[in-house]
Amino acid sequence: MGRSTGIYVIIALLLAVLPFVYDDRIILSLVMQVFIFGIFAMSYDLLLGFTGIVSFGHAMFFGIGAYSVAIVLNQNEATLFYLLLGTLLAVAVAGIVSFIAGVLTLRLQSHFYAMLTLALAGLFMVAAEKMRSLTGGNEGFVLMVPDMFIDTSGPTLYLTCLIVLVVFFFLVRRFTQSPVGKVLMAIRENEQRVESIGFSIMYYKVIASMISGIVASIAGVLYVLSLQFVDTSVFATDVTLDALLMTIIGGVGTLVGPIIGAGIIEFAHHWLSDLADVHWIFKRWIILFGIVYILAVIFFPRGIVGTLQEIWIKRKYKKQQGKEATKDKNEAAS
Amino acid sequence: MESIISTKDLTIAFGGHVAVDGITIDIPEKQFTSVIGPNGAGKTTFFNLLSGQLSPTKGAITFNGEDITKLSPTKRTRKGIGRSFQITNVFPNLTVLENVRLAVQSKNKVRFQMLRHFTAYKQFEDRALELLEQVLLADKAHSLANNLAHGEKRKLEIAMLLALETQVLLLDEPTAGMSLEEVPAILDVIRRIKEQGDTTIVLIEHKMDMILDLSDQVLVLFHGQLLAHGSPEEIMNNETVQSAYLGGLYDESSA
Ligand SMILES: Nc1ncnc2c1ncn2[C@@H]1O[C@H](COP(=O)(O)OP(=O)(O)O)[C@@H](O)[C@H]1O
Ligand SMILES: [Mg+2]
Repeated sequence: MGRSTGIYVIIALLLAVLPFVYDDRIILSLVMQVFIFGIFAMSYDLLLGFTGIVSFGHAMFFGIGAYSVAIVLNQNEATLFYLLLGTLLAVAVAGIVSFIAGVLTLRLQSHFYAMLTLALAGLFMVAAEKMRSLTGGNEGFVLMVPDMFIDTSGPTLYLTCLIVLVVFFFLVRRFTQSPVGKVLMAIRENEQRVESIGFSIMYYKVIASMISGIVASIAGVLYVLSLQFVDTSVFATDVTLDALLMTIIGGVGTLVGPIIGAGIIEFAHHWLSDLADVHWIFKRWIILFGIVYILAVIFFPRGIVGTLQEIWIKRKYKKQQGKEATKDKNEAAS
Repeated sequence: MESIISTKDLTIAFGGHVAVDGITIDIPEKQFTSVIGPNGAGKTTFFNLLSGQLSPTKGAITFNGEDITKLSPTKRTRKGIGRSFQITNVFPNLTVLENVRLAVQSKNKVRFQMLRHFTAYKQFEDRALELLEQVLLADKAHSLANNLAHGEKRKLEIAMLLALETQVLLLDEPTAGMSLEEVPAILDVIRRIKEQGDTTIVLIEHKMDMILDLSDQVLVLFHGQLLAHGSPEEIMNNETVQSAYLGGLYDESSA
């Protein structure tokens, strides 16, 4: 077990005991939202940070996850079996849609994928509005969930979200460190060169698109469980923008960064809405968002984790050089 | 002598400008062919056509008897045509070692393994280090490619090409931009590959004197056309070449 893995496991264990030693239900459900959006932002990072693919419609997969489970539970009994069935449906639909979006556009210049996903997300939103009998239209619907998840601020749902986050974090991390993951990073760096050393980039981009879409749909599944309610806002561009900001602030291409970014954004969201009485600007989340986004891109392009990594590597490098310098001196002296 | 690559009336026009103009030539297998010609003669464009970065307006390319005119660069690399780039073309934010390791991975056809850790393929890393040693870049293995000096990037480019172990090596001005002290070492690397005798090498060079002793065959390009081809001696004594190319080069270097 590497040192970083050890640290992650310890943090996960600490988070796991949190609901048993701390009982502010508001904060606990906020932490749970962080887990959910951590998964979602991580899936976005797989596209943006690792493969260099920009998506403006990532919310689509989040919404697919949310509606798949909500509809399956609503149309049937609210049992664990139907929850699993709904999750399978979510994964299947997300897989198919991400496959199609990838095959259609990833051959072309990068903005085509961004635009197609944006359009598809809009299409799903309209579909959710129009198919009233299934979705309840604009107002959405409240759903029954399996008994074990009924208490939305209880430890069962909290721990489920944490476990799913941890499992997917390690799975996605292993994926990024696999031979395929390494090719993805090379594609981000220089597509044409990847082709000329003998990899077909198309396959890799579609794989990235699919894995990212499927992981995002899982976040949507957990989201709907945590709200016991679904409406068309899960397809909103705001959801995509949140993932983008989480990824940028946390550090693109770092995987753990987006999870930290999710923590920062979720808590900022929470505290800033409390300030809404103080000044109207705190109600205008999107304005603040825009400002933070611009500042981050200008002054902090590598995000929190990226910047820390850079400092750490520089230090290590300096130490090495220092060692070599003293060695050289010793050799010269002897 | 068997030819490994043949082109027939190979032509490409950018807008109205014909950059490569009806080149018909055989590249003999396991020989050393140099391509010379002044700047803008179409040498790099000729390589781009051979390696698939560009598709010709007209004409055909065969490789080992098979028509490859329509194949993608990926497929051509897999069939055995590897190339290096004149304008450095590496993965800037990956380490030098990782740049080469990726090429080794490709050569070993590890393409869709997504659950094993990449370090499970220790032999790839060892091979990559070996190649870096060959091109005198081992001490920079852990730097980002971005942080290399220009000449070092050229060496990295060569290491990535060698990693592919292709039947044909297309080298586009491998020593351009290197410091004078570095050039002999790189030419040595190339000479050693030539002496092993199982690789076909095609090398573009701007400065003709440097590669004459290595070459079995020299092609002279001028305004996109094949002005002459033959042994180095024949080229040296060819009057058209003398007046067109050598004259041009002389002007350039004295300018
Ligand atoms: N992609 C391109 N688009 C337009 N013109 C090009 C392109 N590539 C090369 N050229 C033109 O083709 C000519 C030959 O260029 P090049 O093959 O790079 O010459 P060389 O490598 O011999 O110096 C030049 O005039 C160049 O401007
Ligand atoms: Mg050139």
